[in-house]
Amino acid sequence: MANHTIAQNVYVPFLEKKGIWSWILTTDHKRIGIMYLISISFFFLVAGVFALMLRYELLTPASDFVQPHTYNVLFTLHGSIMVFFFIVPGLAASFGNFLIPLMIGAPDVAFPKLNLGSYWIYLLGTLIVLIALAKPADTGWTFYTPYSATTDTDVVLITLGVFVLGFSSILTGLNFIVTIHKMRAPGMTWHRLPLFIWASYATSILQLLATPVVGITLLLLITERTLGVGFFDPAKGGDPVLFQNFFWFYSHPAVYIMIIPAMGVISEIIPVFARKPIFGYKAIAYSSLGIAFISFLVWAHHMFTSGISDIAATIFSFLTFLVAIPTAIKVFNWTATLYKGSIHLHSAMLYALAFVFLFTIGGLTGLFLGALAADIHLHDTYFVVAHMHYVMIGGTVMGFFGALHFWYPKWFGRMFNETVAKIAWLFIFIGFNVTFFPQFFLGVQGMPRRYATYPAEFESLMSLSTYGSWILGAGIIIMTVNLIAGLINGEKAPQNPYGSLSLEWQVPSPPPLENFEEIPHVTDWSYGYGKKK
Amino acid sequence: MTWIPEVASNLASKVDGVLLLITLLSLVFFILITVVLVYFAIKYRRKREDEETPYITGSEPLEIIWTVIPSILLIVIFVYGYVVFKDMRTPPKDSVEVTVQGKQWLWTFDYYNGKKTINELYVQYNRPVRLVMEAPDVLHSFFVPAFRVKQDLVPGRYTQLWFTPTKIGTFDIFCAEYCGTGHSAMLGKVIVLSPEAYEIWEKGVKADEGAGVASLPPVELGAKIYKEKGCNACHSLDGSTLVGPSFKGIFGHAVELQDGSKVDVDENYIKQSILEPQAQVVKGFAPVMPSFKGILSDEDVTALVAYIKTLK
Amino acid sequence: MGDASVEHSHGHHMDPAVEYSSSKLGMWLFLGTEILLFGGLFAAYAIFRAKYPEMFFEQHVELNKKMGAVNTCILIFSSLTMAMGVSAIQRGKQKITAILILITILCGLGFGIVKYFEYSAKFHHHIYPDTSIFFSLYFLMTGLHMLHVFIGLAILGVLFVLTLKGKFTAKYNTPVEIGGLYWHLVDLIWIYLFPLLYLIG
Repeated sequence: MANHTIAQNVYVPFLEKKGIWSWILTTDHKRIGIMYLISISFFFLVAGVFALMLRYELLTPASDFVQPHTYNVLFTLHGSIMVFFFIVPGLAASFGNFLIPLMIGAPDVAFPKLNLGSYWIYLLGTLIVLIALAKPADTGWTFYTPYSATTDTDVVLITLGVFVLGFSSILTGLNFIVTIHKMRAPGMTWHRLPLFIWASYATSILQLLATPVVGITLLLLITERTLGVGFFDPAKGGDPVLFQNFFWFYSHPAVYIMIIPAMGVISEIIPVFARKPIFGYKAIAYSSLGIAFISFLVWAHHMFTSGISDIAATIFSFLTFLVAIPTAIKVFNWTATLYKGSIHLHSAMLYALAFVFLFTIGGLTGLFLGALAADIHLHDTYFVVAHMHYVMIGGTVMGFFGALHFWYPKWFGRMFNETVAKIAWLFIFIGFNVTFFPQFFLGVQGMPRRYATYPAEFESLMSLSTYGSWILGAGIIIMTVNLIAGLINGEKAPQNPYGSLSLEWQVPSPPPLENFEEIPHVTDWSYGYGKKK
Repeated sequence: MTWIPEVASNLASKVDGVLLLITLLSLVFFILITVVLVYFAIKYRRKREDEETPYITGSEPLEIIWTVIPSILLIVIFVYGYVVFKDMRTPPKDSVEVTVQGKQWLWTFDYYNGKKTINELYVQYNRPVRLVMEAPDVLHSFFVPAFRVKQDLVPGRYTQLWFTPTKIGTFDIFCAEYCGTGHSAMLGKVIVLSPEAYEIWEKGVKADEGAGVASLPPVELGAKIYKEKGCNACHSLDGSTLVGPSFKGIFGHAVELQDGSKVDVDENYIKQSILEPQAQVVKGFAPVMPSFKGILSDEDVTALVAYIKTLK
Repeated sequence: MGDASVEHSHGHHMDPAVEYSSSKLGMWLFLGTEILLFGGLFAAYAIFRAKYPEMFFEQHVELNKKMGAVNTCILIFSSLTMAMGVSAIQRGKQKITAILILITILCGLGFGIVKYFEYSAKFHHHIYPDTSIFFSLYFLMTGLHMLHVFIGLAILGVLFVLTLKGKFTAKYNTPVEIGGLYWHLVDLIWIYLFPLLYLIG
């Protein structure tokens, strides 16, 4: 490990410069990371409020809080904003930006101006969607045709916004790939790279390969509505199922765009707080790439009841089980890392352990949906809703919260209140499970998703789920307040509070402007904890 | 509370077999991971700051074990899921065929003998049924949880689904593919009749709606029909606009038609709108309502009119 | 990826060799995504052609093969001049480079003019994007390509001005090279579009 210190007299923290233009025009990856962090957190909270409204409506079977149309708009906004504004850019753009150059020993990303451009393109995309809120779409975030081609709500603007966001995603992925290839410090070989970097690399590849396809798909949907093109319209010789094929060709890999960075975060947090080398480094690193590759071959498992051929369904079911293997390998390796460790249950570690626990449930319930006969029954029910949220909240959001608590001192140079953080964690963990675990049973019993009203037989579990959402919401509020309070009056953070060996902890907190006074020479991997025999 | 819905078709128990197998295997792995995770987190909790930890970076035998064993189990699950799926996709040759149309937001069923029902599918106990399904507008999905069957209806092509009911009774039909404002109101019932009852129904007598229903007062019968025949999917009672005009306070008032002319909503207009919906469509609404001719009897229509009159 | 052209101003801590190879890798990755963007349309083409072979046969004759062929020649020629321009700047010949880029630009404009006449003729015969699946594909594929021609022309315009200003030398010419790569992509996509739409019936 490089031993790197910076003389105090030249140390200028990257947060030093003040003024709005120092942000708007910054090409510093750490500041761009903060701008993403603020933006995605904002949209996370907004879409979270929509979720609470949805659950409130579902407290009782009748539609007594909002009309069905409003309900449909709300779940469309909840889904679209969560997916396209929060979770897809999410960890990759915020923590990816902050960490990649620091972890590989580089002063910045390969194309800093392009990086800033990507952020403004992201914001432009969100702005377009904001305008679309004048007559918000009611299609669901999947925009399935023919409904999306015929509804009289504004589908064109929201898809155009998502199309623009796609460019931001592509350019960010491109920037990271080039950065990881070309900007590594001397001695930072591929097998010494922190696993978060491997995860970011796999994610970036997915962003590059999958996003253009959803781009063209949404463009086709837009031409369908504006120019009368009929690729998805059976009346004009088109095929609505083609849209689903195109859409999932992107959106399934996109699921891994959302989850792989969180897997990277977990692989960083667990070794530090267990004081153990990560178990099975290569297995974890290559399984990210394996997942990325296989994820392109499984899209039609969202379509077993869509009218695709039986042969196609069979092949896609088989391939879907393949993707379970690298995922399982990761879970086993994280668990094995704890063995004989010296485990400190810091709030970040609690989020990491929650990730492993909840993601295991998310992954195992995925097996039900991959198995053909079981999926026929469970498809488009609350089982899918629960599974998806166990992966996305139980997985990605836990990873996101873990990352927030873990790198917080490094990024902002201050500490938050650890006791409050643990209380928030408990609320979130319990609230999440109370919200979503009953939904597995609802799904098995046949409760379909996207229902504004529902039969009375589902009421007890549905209202339980709603109560859970209040606990979850309370936990997130406590966490948010705690983290913001830390920024204002938190103690000053030391350089390396947890004794991590990774490069980002070898520079002051917050890091100086160009990260390293001198580019470090790396001599070992960053997981060399414990006593070598 | 039951864990799993009723088993009411030949396929249901087979699907439950797959669900059970995956549940058991999942539980094994879930408990294994959880126990180990919690055990490690407690046993190896940091007690002193300067604790020594061993430098363990991995184990090839372990990696192989936890790659190979799950792989084998996954293949088992895949094969079992496939075998049952194959059954679900292969209707017996002697199945009774029913043509299903799903449209925003109701189900219509056409039987071989020219009968037609709305939102109620009549089938015979223990006799395989094959549904040939189409949708004129957007995607829908025909889902009967008690039968464990589900299939999307796709505009521009026919899709199919089959089952053999193994229980006499009434079972929910849900639309499982989001189809717009009335999606959650697009509900129906499968009514499984005994061979005797089915024979009577086939010949035209309303088997299930015999004496009991006919003796209802007209307003109550109308309210029942309003819900069961799917009127509620498009016509609200509280004045909110769905696909069609709300019934609230509509009776006795004049409505404007597509061509700008006005017509009074009286008994005759309502009757005409039910039997020939396209004849006089209210301005601002699309002519999408299906005809209920042959589905609702004269008494039914009269009951509906009586019900609508009460909606002030 | 116009950004790469201005990247050198930032790179005070970036080794020029690294910067060059980074820009080149970045451009190749970007070209990959461009091909995938068109890939969606090519997939749609393959699917609908398999579904409606007669429609494709009957309607492709409506396209003006001569104009398509002329445009193909123009673009291939422009790719040649672009390649010559890149090799000229690598030998430090700024003036020749500027002239070659200008010829490339003129070719691109010529392509646009021919395309304009083609589209007008189609509209005159009441053929629009919603006429049929085939013409939807025709207008979308050539339209998206045309958009790329315009983006390419904008990049070439910037390169032309910067070349005239003497910004590029035998040592530093990364923007010319990666701008050239982009133009070759525009050309390459057309080389697939022309036979698929105009020739194969």
